[in-house]
Amino acid sequence: MTEPSAIMIDVQNVHKSFDDFEVLKGISMRVRAGASDVILGRSGIGKSVLLKSIVGLLQPEKGSIRVKGAEVIGMNANQLKVMRKNIGYVFQYAALYDSMTVRENLEFPLRKHTDADETEISDRVIEQLRLVGLEQAINKMPSELSGGMKKRVGLARAIITRPEIVLYDEPTAGLDPITAREISELILSLEKHFGITSITVTHDLECAQTIADTLFILDQGTFIHQGTFEELQHAEDELTKAFFKVLV
Amino acid sequence: MIPHSIYNLIELYYYRIKKSMEEIYGMSLFGIKFFRYAFVPPFELGEIRKHMDELGAKSIPLLTIVGVIMGLILALQSRPTLDRFGAGSFLPNMIALTIVRELGPVITALIVAGRVSSGIGAELGSMKVTEQIEALEVSAVDPYNYLVVTRIIACIIMLPLLTAYVDFLSIFGGYVAEVLAGNTTFPLYFSEVISSITMLDLIPGVMKTAVFGYMIGMIGAYQGFNSNRGTEGVGRAATTAVVLASLNIIFVDMIIIQLTLLFFGG
Repeated sequence: MTEPSAIMIDVQNVHKSFDDFEVLKGISMRVRAGASDVILGRSGIGKSVLLKSIVGLLQPEKGSIRVKGAEVIGMNANQLKVMRKNIGYVFQYAALYDSMTVRENLEFPLRKHTDADETEISDRVIEQLRLVGLEQAINKMPSELSGGMKKRVGLARAIITRPEIVLYDEPTAGLDPITAREISELILSLEKHFGITSITVTHDLECAQTIADTLFILDQGTFIHQGTFEELQHAEDELTKAFFKVLV
Repeated sequence: MIPHSIYNLIELYYYRIKKSMEEIYGMSLFGIKFFRYAFVPPFELGEIRKHMDELGAKSIPLLTIVGVIMGLILALQSRPTLDRFGAGSFLPNMIALTIVRELGPVITALIVAGRVSSGIGAELGSMKVTEQIEALEVSAVDPYNYLVVTRIIACIIMLPLLTAYVDFLSIFGGYVAEVLAGNTTFPLYFSEVISSITMLDLIPGVMKTAVFGYMIGMIGAYQGFNSNRGTEGVGRAATTAVVLASLNIIFVDMIIIQLTLLFFGG
């Protein structure tokens, strides 16, 4: 287990462009072990780009990203594989493997990265589905699941190998407010249960309120504010005010 | 001074040629990568087996029909011409050599390209747009090894087997046509067939389909892996995969024929 005060993710001065458009303009953040940090911002502002850069799916042009002390930028394929074994990633639309059943989706990471035998794998899958309240969907195909169910399975798959870090990309996007709240509460309870360090990107303020220890407001490629939910409620700039108006 | 419209035309063609060159370069790198990955663990044997069934065995019904009909047509079309030159008795030999050397491998490859290359392109394309390929990557699983290498190996293994199957059925189709016309008997027809085919006809004919299998799998996977623009891109990936795979099969076949003639003679 990592020390609670240890820095798990350290992002410093990261720049990322697509063609001539600079999405991230020298972004910096530090995430401590066990913390649940949330990046809030409008759609298309670069929140997912930052998450994908942390996990090495995108390569920033400048800056430094350290995960548990290891520099991600410039890692080779094998180093990335080692790092990713310790990270769970929940995709915006769950990204379940649509040729596999729910059971097979959950078994997949265990078969690839553990020496667990069939009984252990089966037990772990059932336990995981119970945690997200979907035991009855074990033999369903992803196409038979609703949006909320897909998110739950995606969540279960991301944490089934017990990673220390989980990155959530818009976990409540496209869901009705009730299901969105259920997913936010599920994330919170799983994080407490397993002591997970997490970064969540979202534009759902209610989700942020539920799960965030620290909130980062992203705009124009940089963080314009950071602090607890209560601190940011009193921020003076228009964007932050506009976000918080939703809750009023 | 170059008129503006001609300048635009030159610019347009320059852009298109540049894009095609980039595509060929990208596809070549993608294809060469296979040889680096194919012999290095992890070997995804379960996936290879699954794709052999999906890409190969499930092509059998279609190939059965095509194979028999191809033999029938070849016999029906060739008989009058051969009779005109008094060479009707050579029909079994002609059918056997035509099928084994050329028609069997190429028709099998084109049919499989139509069914499989488009399928691979569409499947991987939709995996790309729904972030499933990225999901594999963040799960510390190499998508190239898991998705591409397994499909190419399955195609390389299945194509020669399917070709041998189609060859047999086509020769049998020729026999059916000849029997119905009252021109031959089973022992006569097949003794002629067997006497006319040598290993030098059979082996290059079947083995070149392994190369076709590589082209089918690789081109389909490349198009799927590089699809973009959502569902529109998936459709385009599937169509482009079939067109490019078919063109490449014809082109590579021409080169292999030249090489076969060079090394094994006519």
